[in-house]
Amino acid sequence: MVRRRFVALIALSAALFAADLSEAAETGPRVQETVLQNGLKVLVVEEPKAPVITVQIWYKVGSRNEIMGRAGLSHMLEHMMFKGTKKYAKGEFSKIIKKNGGNDNAFTSQDYTAYFENLAADKLELALEMESDRLQGLLLDDNEFQLEREVVKEERRLRTEDNPQAYLVEQMFAQAFMEHPYHWPIIGWFNDLNAMTREDLKQHYERYYVPNNATLVIVGDVKNEAVVSLAKQYFERLPKGAPPTSPEIIDPVQRGERRVIVKRAAQLPFLYFGYKVPNFMSTDVHALAVLENVLSSGKSSRLYDTLVYRKKIALAVGASYSELSANPELYTFYAIVKPGAKIEEVEQSLLAEIERIKKEGPTDKEIQKAKNQVEAKHMFEQDSIFRQAMLLGTAETVGAGWQYIADYVKRLREVTKEDVKRVARRYFQEDTRTVGILIPVPPTAEATPVAGGTP
Amino acid sequence: MTRIAAAVVIVLVLAQASFAADIKPVRIVTPNNMIVLIVDQPSLPIVTVNVLVKAGAVHDPDALAGLAYMTAGMLDEGTKTRSAAQIAQQIEFIGGELATQGAQDFSTVTLRVLKKDVDLGLTILSDILMNPIFAEKDVARVRGELMGQLQGEKDEPGVIAIKAFDEIVFQGNPYRRAANGTEKTVPKITRNDLVQFHHTYYRPNRTIVAIVGDIREHEALDVVRKHFGKWTKKDGVPSTFSPAVPLQQPKLKLIDKDLTQANVILGHLGIDRKNPDFYAVSVMNYILGGGGFSSRLVNRIRDQKGLAYDVDSGFQANVMPGPFTVQLQTRNAAANQAIASVVEEMKRIRTEPVSDQELADAKAYLIGSFPLRLDTTGKLAALLTLVELHGLGLSYFEDYPKAIRAVRKEDVLRVAEQYLHPDVYALVVVAKQSEAKINPEMVLGKP
Repeated sequence: MVRRRFVALIALSAALFAADLSEAAETGPRVQETVLQNGLKVLVVEEPKAPVITVQIWYKVGSRNEIMGRAGLSHMLEHMMFKGTKKYAKGEFSKIIKKNGGNDNAFTSQDYTAYFENLAADKLELALEMESDRLQGLLLDDNEFQLEREVVKEERRLRTEDNPQAYLVEQMFAQAFMEHPYHWPIIGWFNDLNAMTREDLKQHYERYYVPNNATLVIVGDVKNEAVVSLAKQYFERLPKGAPPTSPEIIDPVQRGERRVIVKRAAQLPFLYFGYKVPNFMSTDVHALAVLENVLSSGKSSRLYDTLVYRKKIALAVGASYSELSANPELYTFYAIVKPGAKIEEVEQSLLAEIERIKKEGPTDKEIQKAKNQVEAKHMFEQDSIFRQAMLLGTAETVGAGWQYIADYVKRLREVTKEDVKRVARRYFQEDTRTVGILIPVPPTAEATPVAGGTP
Repeated sequence: MTRIAAAVVIVLVLAQASFAADIKPVRIVTPNNMIVLIVDQPSLPIVTVNVLVKAGAVHDPDALAGLAYMTAGMLDEGTKTRSAAQIAQQIEFIGGELATQGAQDFSTVTLRVLKKDVDLGLTILSDILMNPIFAEKDVARVRGELMGQLQGEKDEPGVIAIKAFDEIVFQGNPYRRAANGTEKTVPKITRNDLVQFHHTYYRPNRTIVAIVGDIREHEALDVVRKHFGKWTKKDGVPSTFSPAVPLQQPKLKLIDKDLTQANVILGHLGIDRKNPDFYAVSVMNYILGGGGFSSRLVNRIRDQKGLAYDVDSGFQANVMPGPFTVQLQTRNAAANQAIASVVEEMKRIRTEPVSDQELADAKAYLIGSFPLRLDTTGKLAALLTLVELHGLGLSYFEDYPKAIRAVRKEDVLRVAEQYLHPDVYALVVVAKQSEAKINPEMVLGKP
């Protein structure tokens, strides 16, 4: 399973922790960290409100760790992680979790690959035993790989090939990033999927699936000592590997707007563009988060108010930013053009809103609303143990560290109107913008019945 | 520490089983006949409210399909005292979340706020339910958005397929119409239609409210009384519908679209939620195609043949019998083969008993994962309204595991025979037909 880039970005953006409203929020998620002798990091949050847990293991490997010609290798490996070890045959992993009343799956992004089991608290040992088994015992059977390659190609057809908007998103990223691996899609190109070999998978697995490249995150009705003791029992036997290093790739400075046009059979024009922005390493990220909120969070946001309510030229509009990426990413905007409206007008209106906030900044009320929203969101996130673990795992894996989340509260509160205006001016530059436009063309085959009835 | 958590310390296994059973909702019928369900969960200072109104698309006149959907969509687009922008401003300023949705049997409004904002949240929630104004200019705008949505759906092969499927399977029954209407019916919906629909169906005696979170029973009742007390009930609304006419012979519908994959839906009429066989059907369907990587369909079509990323089966048990469907996507050229495999698996589970292991595994999953379906305030509130809608009783959280545990092998075989029809089904394939080359001999059952 791959999280679509689109979805992943939106999910992570507004999700960070903010201010304290009560005792529960003041303490926040109480994270307890332990590093095993082999370098595996264990993060535990004791959350006893229901007798369930989420067990997640996060590997610091994603499509950014791939090389040209092998796009999609990390995601393919994710699929193969369910295809058997010496101890558990193909498919057994999920079957055992399910018969123990649990759900399991995995997801791959540009920066990470993560596996999870959601289950009753008393099944902790089972999940740890099986995750430790496949950390180094994978078979990578060639026949299974050949079959799974076809499954992944079906996944690509489903998510990208037959989805005009997802297809444009992929094209836009390929333009925005030239040398950095964010250039290629997480799921990979067909040509690369076809060229991949078992040997590629084996090397990738041996290099990145080592305890010192992973973080185990457990949230739920457990005690830290019990988790650490079991983690030691099952994981400490695994030897530390050579620390995986990838050459630092920095995309060359973008010198001028880039535009990519996709013409294909589709119903509605779609606009998707992004600006180069920093990641968590920058002190500007909190102001950028507030900026995102003011522009696009909810029906009272500027973009919705202008394009959907007042001008009535878009069916949907939004912006998305997450600083939790291993390398600097994009601050993106999208709009689905309402039938009858022109995509040029939609683009101009969106850009006009961006110019307006660069010039005037936000109002006091907008700043307060953004802060209130992030505070409430923080509390809502804690309702789900899975979301809590996701956030910690992401922050830790991209290199921000889980402590980043605790500090976020204070920083976000300090953001001023001037900060928001300043970062808007600094990063919303035409020359670092990449614009993707989907132009619908008449379909070669209209969606009409060609046969039917009863033979 | 709550009672639940204390039990956990003693015996984990028992605690898990008792967690669901420990959910004891308080149920109150207000003087204006609204049902209120309350679960006090003080672990986080948040409150989730889920409102279900029996005002679904089943009530749409044929010529105005989409009316219930549009009514629900316009609840937060302006009331007698608040403009659309003011509603959004007020709820979003406090970081609250408010959403409306129209479906077949009912419409819902969900609200999530911090504990300190419960009163303001309920003020807005009750206002949009009781006093929406459906201003002419907003009706025009929302109608345009709906038309755009309908147009956009033509890019979604899965949506095209399910809409075509429903038209075939639910002949004579309201479920044949898509909840969000069609490009023919939506332009005909007027302000007056919306006002009338709201006036008729949005009534306290047609409403179920679930309140879950950091709120005491008396506090919840106080806010309900304060904000919904003046809502007047209205009886005598007809709500019986003609049942769907079961298919007499298989039906094939091919829709041509320039796609790399064939999007396949195969199925027929299923069961309603009150059907006592629901639990045996759940076990049977889990084994057939509902159980992900533990299911026969995924095992055969994905794991053994690499034909699809996703294949699953499901019974949608609604107020009236909903659909049974198998859905999959496969490269155009593999469609015939994949469909034939689905039909074979449907036949097999009707003729051979499932293995002891399959039965035990399915039951263990359905019982063991039950607490995962209740572990957030949002999930619990939504489930509570459905338990009430279908009259499953307040002991549902204890009853569900028992009912699953009682399912025997013979029951699985019996319900497979009774509720699966591998000879008479509807088959919709949205694909590039020149590549899919659907062969009726191969994909249609022989009656």
